[in-house]
Amino acid sequence: MSWVDIGTLNDIPLRGSRIVKSPAGCIAIFRTAEDEVFATSNTCAHKQGPLSEGIVHDRKVTCPLHNWVFSLETGEAQGADEGQIATYPVKIESGRLLLNMDAVVAKVA
Amino acid sequence: MQKLVIIGAGMASGRMLEHIHETDPAAFSVTIFNAEPRGNYNRIMLSPVLAGDRSFEEIITHDDDWYAQNKVTTRFGERVTGIDRERKVVIGEQGEVPYDKLILATGSTPFIIPVPGHDLPGVVGYRDLEDTNAMIDAAANQGASAVVIGGGLLGLEAAAGLRMRGMEVTVLHIAGHLMDRQLDEAAGYLLKLDLEKRGIKVMTEANTKAIVGEGKAEKVLLDDGTELAADIVVMAAGIRPAGQLGQQAGLEMGRAIKVNAQMQTSDPDIYAVGECVEFDENIFGLVAPLYDQAKVLANTLLGQEDAFTVRELSTKLKVTGCDLFSAGDFAEGEGREDIVFRDPKRRVYKRLIVEDDKLIGAVMYGDTADSNWFFGLIKDGTNIEEMRETLIFGPSFQGGGAAASDPLAAVAALPLDAEICGCNGVCKGDIISAIEGGVTTLDGVRMTTKASASCGTCTGLVEQVLAVSLGDGFEISKEKPVCKCTDLTHEDVRRLIKSQELKSQPAVWQELAWKTPNGCHVCRPAINYYLISDWPLEYQDDLQSRFVNERNHANIQKDGTYSVMPRMWGGMTTPDELIAVANAAKKFNAAVKVTGGQRIDLLGIKKEDLPAIWSDLNEAGMVSGHAYTKGLRTVKTCVGTDWCRFGTQDSTGLGIKLEKKLWGSWTPHKVKLGVSGCPRNCAEATCKDIGIICVDSGYQISVAGAAGMDVKMTESLVDVATEAEVEEWVSAFMQLYRENAKYLDRAYKWVDKVGLDWVKEELSNPDTRKALVERFDISQSVYRKDPWADHIRNRSEQYQHLADLTEEAVA
Ligand SMILES: Cc1cc2nc3c(=O)[nH]c(=O)nc-3n(C[C@H](O)[C@H](O)[C@H](O)COP(=O)(O)OP(=O)(O)OC[C@H]3O[C@@H](n4cnc5c(N)ncnc54)[C@H](O)[C@@H]3O)c2cc1C
Ligand code: HEM
Ligand code: SF4
Ligand code: FES
Repeated sequence: MSWVDIGTLNDIPLRGSRIVKSPAGCIAIFRTAEDEVFATSNTCAHKQGPLSEGIVHDRKVTCPLHNWVFSLETGEAQGADEGQIATYPVKIESGRLLLNMDAVVAKVA
Repeated sequence: MQKLVIIGAGMASGRMLEHIHETDPAAFSVTIFNAEPRGNYNRIMLSPVLAGDRSFEEIITHDDDWYAQNKVTTRFGERVTGIDRERKVVIGEQGEVPYDKLILATGSTPFIIPVPGHDLPGVVGYRDLEDTNAMIDAAANQGASAVVIGGGLLGLEAAAGLRMRGMEVTVLHIAGHLMDRQLDEAAGYLLKLDLEKRGIKVMTEANTKAIVGEGKAEKVLLDDGTELAADIVVMAAGIRPAGQLGQQAGLEMGRAIKVNAQMQTSDPDIYAVGECVEFDENIFGLVAPLYDQAKVLANTLLGQEDAFTVRELSTKLKVTGCDLFSAGDFAEGEGREDIVFRDPKRRVYKRLIVEDDKLIGAVMYGDTADSNWFFGLIKDGTNIEEMRETLIFGPSFQGGGAAASDPLAAVAALPLDAEICGCNGVCKGDIISAIEGGVTTLDGVRMTTKASASCGTCTGLVEQVLAVSLGDGFEISKEKPVCKCTDLTHEDVRRLIKSQELKSQPAVWQELAWKTPNGCHVCRPAINYYLISDWPLEYQDDLQSRFVNERNHANIQKDGTYSVMPRMWGGMTTPDELIAVANAAKKFNAAVKVTGGQRIDLLGIKKEDLPAIWSDLNEAGMVSGHAYTKGLRTVKTCVGTDWCRFGTQDSTGLGIKLEKKLWGSWTPHKVKLGVSGCPRNCAEATCKDIGIICVDSGYQISVAGAAGMDVKMTESLVDVATEAEVEEWVSAFMQLYRENAKYLDRAYKWVDKVGLDWVKEELSNPDTRKALVERFDISQSVYRKDPWADHIRNRSEQYQHLADLTEEAVA
């Protein structure tokens, strides 16, 4: 697997998100209250709202446009809403954030 | 006899030697090196030595006699500098020793953060007796200060020990809460309270910039400019496996020396044990797994089959009075369910994490009596479906019967003297007597017994007692809670934040018994607002608890671009401002709209351009118009006496004064003002949240208007004679609204709920009015500033993408 360095954990605000531009479109990198990181598509499955601008709670994010809530782990919409966003493997090594490019490229192909 | 050489006389190799000598003392002739000038001691007990509860002699596990009796050749105080695998010799500082079998047991070394000054005398790690003695010596000076970098297990034990010895201690921790790898935020909050109670200062999200001093450490500097005096600086920011010898010798390495399940490295004659090994991508930092390794290694060397497996680990902190426990996996997750119990009164927090009907993690603080039972359930993977409802109450609540599965039955089964309300000491019997005396509602119970009347966290229990006693005659209350994270209403929460002086989000989560770890998109913005409004000086605004517009200080539009609207005070502008706006609009390709709030909106700005356009507008002296906030928006004015033949007062001037006084303030919902120069009301002031109509005799102030989905005319609040009085009444009204309204209630909705008469009554008392104005001014001393300028300076990188990988994939 090819892992690409995208920055450090501290570049992302606690309970916040930053985006990475990729061939598969914008990818949102989230940091939870417990310092875990997740990567998902930045684009809401409802009407393309920018998920990186949402409020992060637990391992979930609420879309800023119409409050759909997505699991950061599975990408599944929560509650009554039905929808799915792409998720990508991301990991922390010695404080650096590594995103799995294979998964991103696979998404484009 | 085979020659066995061991590098490192630490806890892992010590335990291994014991196993070998118990089973077959004659199997090897053993030589052991140790860089420390002594044999093995119980390293984890250095903390009680530091705190003064133990002497070093008491924690020695293997003394000179032991090594002599077991015929172990010791080379203590001698570091091994290399291994020659060809010749099978170990190279020590005093010479070589040949081996048949070699064991690396070099442990780990403290990670010293490479900030400027990290190599000054007075900067120590926390690993061995030398470090401990350096700390004890530093504490010998009266009134000396210590800074501990790192709020994990080691750092906190160091801090507690130094504090016991009378030092002024500050702990700096980079994450948002203490022991963030073992605890969640709520438990971290309680731990912080306990440490603070014993006089230890705790700073979270603290970034060390440098350590400075003349010839030795004297001060620690932080990124945010804070300076801390420090006679000693303890670096407890983590450990690194000591694998250098293995690396030099060309053994297979990961983050540490790689071993198989028999503790064998890539060289069949070389083994490794302890913190210097990596097994199956795991590295180790606690003794329990090292003891397992030691046993496996001893068996392997003696030719018996054995294999190491990784076990669940649990953590406790060895600081008396801080009872905490954590085990397993306690992150949130899909398919995982939290069972949370909080007793604010006793400062108890327990959280169990359940997945597929099994307990997979536990965090507890304050009451860890049942921790072993829970740890057992985790290790054994016990199915807990049957006892789920009462699981959190521990083993004594289990054992069948109706009480085990139905919470109402559990309440019914409680004895009459069981305490329900901790604050007021009300037991179940008191509530039952009240009900027998005719009480049928929650409020009734509150009035007659005081139960649930203070902190309110027992409300659910009281309602259950009512339900059990009255059956269908009782309906659980209809007042809507804030959201699914709590049973409390907005009004309850506001009251409790004030009365219990809750000044942080974790304080609210814990003391008000929140059911989720850190809220959700409904409650977080509300709580953030309440904390800002009640504790402007103590509470730090949390951008991550704000909706996108308030976080990015611009209005997000449906295509993901933003609109930027600078303030035009009272709707007045100048040719220079207009030129700056026009230039910015051209440069950033904006659509330009004149708004109903008497200013100009620039639409279609990309997020990454926001800091640049703000900076251009700032340069022309313009600041944020807060067109995106639940806060003061605009003050609309008419041209007044300056130009109009009907004007009675300087409505434009007054509007500008009011806007300059009120801007930047946060409110439950947006606030708009209008000031008209005469009753012709060209500024449409009588449909604003606050409207002022100038008349010959002075000013008519009216409030609670609306012109949106609802259209409502303002209602008269008071008539005053001078501009100064207008400013006073308007500020006081703003503050009353800020302090009392529910988040997202516009002023007219709030006034409708509390009644205009109440508002008038409060504000017409001159003392109350003055106090409100004072509190408003205090808050404004923090918030009356341009957020754009602030973000350009401190946050501009947050507006850019983290990385651009569009090229990466093509390559
Ligand atoms: C203050 C403190 C409190 C702790 N509290 C706990 C606790 O409560 N619970 C818990 O489970 N764990 C605790 N730990 C961790 C625990 O002490 C370690 O996990 C354990 O000591 C590791 O054992 P080891 O044998 O791998 O390494 P060590 O015990 O560190 O032994 C390694 C030895 O090798 C020597 N050495 C290194 N390199 C060389 C060389 N080149 N030549 C010769 N000798 C060398 C070192 O001098 C050292 O003496 C604590 C640690 C500290 C420092
Ligand atoms: C949820 C409902 C509303 C939405 C989504 C909304 C949206 C907006 C937007 C996008 C702007 C432009 C601000 C900018 O681009 O920076 C704006 C401005 C404005 N809105 Fe609304 N609005 C709402 C409710 C209202 C209501 C109820 C009123 C009337 C009481 C109102 C009156 C105005 C006025 C007067 C302006 C110009 C404000 C200024 O100059 O600051 N809006 N609104
Ligand atoms: S409100 Fe009165 S003073 Fe103001 S512009 Fe209109 S007519 Fe003139
Ligand atoms: S676009 Fe995300 S909820 Fe509508």
